[in-house]
Amino acid sequence: MVVELFLDLLSQPCRALFIFAKKNNIPFVFKHVELLKGHHHSEEFGKVNVLKKVPALKDGAFTLAESIAILLYLSRKFNTPDHWYPSDLQKRAQVDEYLSWQHATIREKGCKIFITKVLVPLAGQPFSPETLEEAVEELNSALKQFEEKFLQDKPFIVGNEISLADLVAIVELMQPVGCGCDIFENRPKLAEWRSRVEEAVGKELFQQAHELILNVKNLSTTQLPPELREHVKQFLKT
Amino acid sequence: VAAAKATLSQAPLSLSHCCSLCSVRMGLELYLDLLSQHCRTVYIFAKKNNIPFEFKHVELFKDSILGRKMPGGNNPGHSREGQHCREEFGKVNILKKVPALKDGVFTLAESTAILLYLSRKYNTPDHWYPSDIQKRARVDEYLSWHHTNIRTNAPKTLWIKVLIPLFTGQKLPPEKLQEVMDELAISLKQFEEKFLQDKPFIVGSEISLADLVAIVELMQPIGVGCDIFEDRPKLSEWRNRVEEAVGKELFQEAHEIILNIKELSNLQIDPQLKEHLAPVLRKMMK
Repeated sequence: MVVELFLDLLSQPCRALFIFAKKNNIPFVFKHVELLKGHHHSEEFGKVNVLKKVPALKDGAFTLAESIAILLYLSRKFNTPDHWYPSDLQKRAQVDEYLSWQHATIREKGCKIFITKVLVPLAGQPFSPETLEEAVEELNSALKQFEEKFLQDKPFIVGNEISLADLVAIVELMQPVGCGCDIFENRPKLAEWRSRVEEAVGKELFQQAHELILNVKNLSTTQLPPELREHVKQFLKT
Repeated sequence: VAAAKATLSQAPLSLSHCCSLCSVRMGLELYLDLLSQHCRTVYIFAKKNNIPFEFKHVELFKDSILGRKMPGGNNPGHSREGQHCREEFGKVNILKKVPALKDGVFTLAESTAILLYLSRKYNTPDHWYPSDIQKRARVDEYLSWHHTNIRTNAPKTLWIKVLIPLFTGQKLPPEKLQEVMDELAISLKQFEEKFLQDKPFIVGSEISLADLVAIVELMQPIGVGCDIFEDRPKLSEWRNRVEEAVGKELFQEAHEIILNIKELSNLQIDPQLKEHLAPVLRKMMK
């Protein structure tokens, strides 16, 4: 029975999973759940994840939500190379530390920018420059901590090789980039880290995963039909 | 060994336990303030599993935020970390600065990371973080979800009912609390429907890290008089089971501070801290 991954590549955690599975040649069926069309509210998807969020995994009768849980599950089930989640206790702890910290910082602030700059206008609601400015400021603060505490002068977050920490970080940071906020500009250390991560993942796979988000500006210049606007409004509420 | 010595010699002299002349590892230190739910998780877990540690008492509102008493990073630039603490805390939720672990020169933040590290290093009983990959995934799933739900809602009750008035001298309107309680009610519904369901514990028949992380967070509103277990019999029964599994005495001990509001109101708050937290508090009051 092949693993099913329920994904929308507009979503950062979905990209992390997509990249991880592809990079490690984990066989899976890509089940496309289009957020902007409200697919995550379908009864069918509700049986996979009652929380109605992507990503989600289905492995036979076993279903799982939360990208970090899914990443770890896949790494164990498919015995992926050690560097993704090192068996060394302290290195592993450093990956855990980043994965825990990022929820309320990089992830939350990156999402806020995406919501304010892209989703809110898509839903036909007025764009608030103050909210965007606030979100950018908060992300800047998180980025400072990221560089000072987590990256420092190392090639990757945990030593010399890419791990789940870098993967989870990079997909989140590509969200503001897709919205036109180039957070790598004027941050040479961060930009170099990004290049290393892209290289480690493989440029082609990286580009493939990020095609949607990097073209999201095209979405925002078109008026969505009313029923889709409703779906986006619903999305904003959840 | 050479690498270890190099790391040790780079450690700042202010860390009194660091000795670059010997490679004997110092004991485990846990920096905790039991006012913080994340600290209680670590405290209960370590005590329950008889993990030997030195309890480094950090008073949240005196020591951690102003960079005093906190362990440095495990990389060069400790004074930079202290400086960083002093500059950044005003923009960051202060409750995330504790707990902290120090194991020799290795330091670690984030309660989830600390719990997992301890469970591995001290080989704690399997049920805390089951080796079965599907059960383990369920624990991971809860720990991840918890961050953006219960963990964002439950603590606000303490802020609104006690801490903000303490810091600012102003009481907040009852609508503010109601707003938070409504959000928390949604999270609790999801908790019961998705994570607990009709099982004795979140992952099957035994207590795991998931239950421990959940319970300490839900004790935060209890401490300030918001009884979220009232009218929720299933949740209440789960709470009793968790208390039983932890051990009532240990559970009470860990929760003594949070369950004693009078003590909270007598908290001495450093004036410098009040000033630094003012922008954060103003935002929370909006």
